[in-house]
Amino acid sequence: MTWPAILGLAAAAYGCKLAGLVFGDRLRGIGVVERVLVQLPVAVLAAVVVVLTVSNERSIAIDARAAGVVAGAVAAWQRVPFVGVVVVAAATTAVMRAV
Amino acid sequence: MIPDAESAAPSDSPPPRSGWRSDKVVRDGAVLGVAVGLFGAAFGVLAVDAGLSVAQTSAMSLLVFTGASQITAVSVLATGGTMLAALGGAFLLAMRNGVYGVSLARRLQVRGLRRLLSAQLVIDESTAMAIAQSDDRIARRAFWATGISIFVAWNVGTLLGAVTGDAIGDPERFGLDAAFPAGFVALLMPQLRDRATRTIGFVAVAIALVAIPFVPAGLPVLLAAVAAGLAARSVPSRSIRDGAS
Repeated sequence: MTWPAILGLAAAAYGCKLAGLVFGDRLRGIGVVERVLVQLPVAVLAAVVVVLTVSNERSIAIDARAAGVVAGAVAAWQRVPFVGVVVVAAATTAVMRAV
Repeated sequence: MIPDAESAAPSDSPPPRSGWRSDKVVRDGAVLGVAVGLFGAAFGVLAVDAGLSVAQTSAMSLLVFTGASQITAVSVLATGGTMLAALGGAFLLAMRNGVYGVSLARRLQVRGLRRLLSAQLVIDESTAMAIAQSDDRIARRAFWATGISIFVAWNVGTLLGAVTGDAIGDPERFGLDAAFPAGFVALLMPQLRDRATRTIGFVAVAIALVAIPFVPAGLPVLLAAVAAGLAARSVPSRSIRDGAS
């Protein structure tokens, strides 16, 4: 990877982040937009969770990783605190990989 | 066991509670930071193996600072892909940070230099931690605490991995690849108890699942974002009635 490529990617990545913040400021106070903006990141992060849990390149893999996430999700549903959820998920996956 | 503040505290909780809640968000941010540091080390090893110098590897983590994009870029190069494929894939993954930014702007309320600084910290983890807070002041604290903690951990990890080669080992051995999605689930859970939000979340999840086998990495999440945005406009929600009353 060359320096121009790294700096170009950095500029593009930062541009996305900053453009979002600037654009978001312009949208404040518009009723229907406000409502979408409250729910959008929840939905996007839910999609990120799915991708991080089951995607393996361009296929779907249900494996030790998915089992760990499900265990963590159950813990979260039972109102286990954040740190506990993370530990339950990682431990479940690690143990399943070890055996 | 400490009760979960999200369920215990109403949104207009008095100030004394929020200080206690602030300590919790700082601690949770630090926990994510530790996990991110180990992945940073793995990225450092991967990038040097793919032919980047230590300086280039560290520059990427400092300046690009969005893990999924960085890992995709160097993985594509390492497996013989073209530079264009590497950068295109990385950019698709970076675009979701723009979606986060649009939503975070109303809560962060940053201007000038602070906005330029906060922009670099707009990533999955800081967004998840911020939107999990009902109080805007605590949301801001959660964003900064998580963003800074992860920036430091990711960059220290990257440098260690790039310099030492393989000091820590594969983070997947410790199940850390399950830690992030599970952590996000924990942060989203209080909001998924709201039916309208849950419905829109299901739409996003379904679109992402269907898309994974057919489109390049990054696009499933963007498609889910578009679908969720359209769904959010049409699904009646409690917040719209609250807003009208």
